[in-house]
Amino acid sequence: MSLVRLAPRIILLLLVVGFLASPESFDFVFRPLVQANAPAIYNQGDLAALTLLHVRMVFIATLFATIIAVALAILVTRPFGAEFLPLARTVVNIGQTFPPVAVLALAVPAMGFGNGPTLVALFLYALLPIFENTMTALTTVPPNITDAAKGNGMTPIQIFRQIELPLSLPMIVGGIKISTVIGFGTATIGSTVAAKTLGEVIIAGLQSNNLAFILQGALLVAALAILVFDLLSMAERSLMKWKAA
Amino acid sequence: MIDIQSVTKRYGGKAVVDSVSFAVPEGTIAVLVGTSGSGKTTLLRMINQLVSQDEGTILIGGEDTRNIPGHELRRRIGYAIQGHGLFPHRTVAENIATVPRLLKWDRTRINARVDELLDLFQLDPAAFADRYPHQLSGGQQQRVGVARALAAEPKILLMDEPFGALDPVLRGKAQDELLAIQKRFGTTIVVVTHDINEAFHLGDTIAVMDKGMLLQYGRPIDLLKAPATPFVEGLVGAFDRPFRLLALDTVAGLIEPGEAQGEPIEAVRTRQDALAALMWSGADALPVVSTDGKPLGRVRLQTLLRQAVRPQ
Repeated sequence: MSLVRLAPRIILLLLVVGFLASPESFDFVFRPLVQANAPAIYNQGDLAALTLLHVRMVFIATLFATIIAVALAILVTRPFGAEFLPLARTVVNIGQTFPPVAVLALAVPAMGFGNGPTLVALFLYALLPIFENTMTALTTVPPNITDAAKGNGMTPIQIFRQIELPLSLPMIVGGIKISTVIGFGTATIGSTVAAKTLGEVIIAGLQSNNLAFILQGALLVAALAILVFDLLSMAERSLMKWKAA
Repeated sequence: MIDIQSVTKRYGGKAVVDSVSFAVPEGTIAVLVGTSGSGKTTLLRMINQLVSQDEGTILIGGEDTRNIPGHELRRRIGYAIQGHGLFPHRTVAENIATVPRLLKWDRTRINARVDELLDLFQLDPAAFADRYPHQLSGGQQQRVGVARALAAEPKILLMDEPFGALDPVLRGKAQDELLAIQKRFGTTIVVVTHDINEAFHLGDTIAVMDKGMLLQYGRPIDLLKAPATPFVEGLVGAFDRPFRLLALDTVAGLIEPGEAQGEPIEAVRTRQDALAALMWSGADALPVVSTDGKPLGRVRLQTLLRQAVRPQ
């Protein structure tokens, strides 16, 4: 990627790191947004620690969703697993149609307040894009390519590992990318049930009518989502360099 | 070498290959020709057990193919298909190395073989080895496809409409290239095509199939001399017959002593070429020379025309 295209991302990354290292230095930016005497920088906790917890939450939920969704998609695209395809689709779709707030409401009585319900909601939400992308990728490998692989003496496992999986990887990463970006936004809702995420900052801003707090939480979440999106897009491109003109 | 014995394959109760028997001698090219839906591709895919027959036996070098695990059998048999079927995420060199890698050849041997094949197909290894298939022209892709099929030095090569996606000029070149390679390695080749011209150009023997049945199997001259059914006669083409007959042999056998005026013709050219040259120049005879230009005598129009008479 050219430096011109990379530059805005690097600037964004430096801004995020700079802000987290020393939020007070940005006081002048947020000062005009608050009433006199109100704090302009979030002061009810460590912003850097919350950011790390937020990232960790999304990472763990997406990681588990990736393992389950990819495994499920591989299973139902094998000859022996084809009959489970409708069932797997239904389960994964239910995960997506449930509003995250409803998942939280249902999970809190069972798991109590804290990170647990949010992890479950993020996990369920991340399943569908990864599953659908993996399914699409695996079922659209051109038949003449798998035929050639078989005709050249590859076993079914070799065809899967050497042909189908590498050809599908870019699209699988694409699914992970969508799920991660959704996860960054959705995780903020988790703070309504006491999950440690950047949602705390936004909620604190709403409660004290402090626009600066709301913006700090929202901008950090947005910046993280953009950076991770770009990172995964780069991974996607490097996995399909064989396709680039 | 390949012995097909009353092989039948049914899909949904309907026989797509119906009790077909024939043998392909070692080191020859057999062409399966027929319309689409004639069962020729299914028959080809049964030879390497991509499809397994319902009845009958296929012997390769005397061994029943069903006694060999499918993937091991297929590593011994080259396989090239229409539209090349190259792996898009692998370079040209990696594509060609497919079967040698499956057979766990050592790296030096694989590299040497890949370079040898690239040279053979007139693709400079330095320029082409690291390219991806989409960076090649259609003709180059097709050559890499055949090179991949030949990589592990198979005794048998199966080809399913290998030149179907090429334009007529490239197709002719690819056919000549295949004939040269066959001569060099002595590979036994089975080619599926719907192009009767390709069948006559390539085949030592031709198997004509229709609706799952083998109508006739024999040398090209047998198909011309005695077509087994009206279908074969139609396929061979009543109009083209004398010209096809002349295309089967070279001028060498018809040289007579004497002189003639006009553009000389090489003795290795087909009799069809010689007839065309005679007709076009309006001459009664043309001089014949060897490939290095040495005069050998002449070929006369009358002699050629007698060769085009229906053989008895």
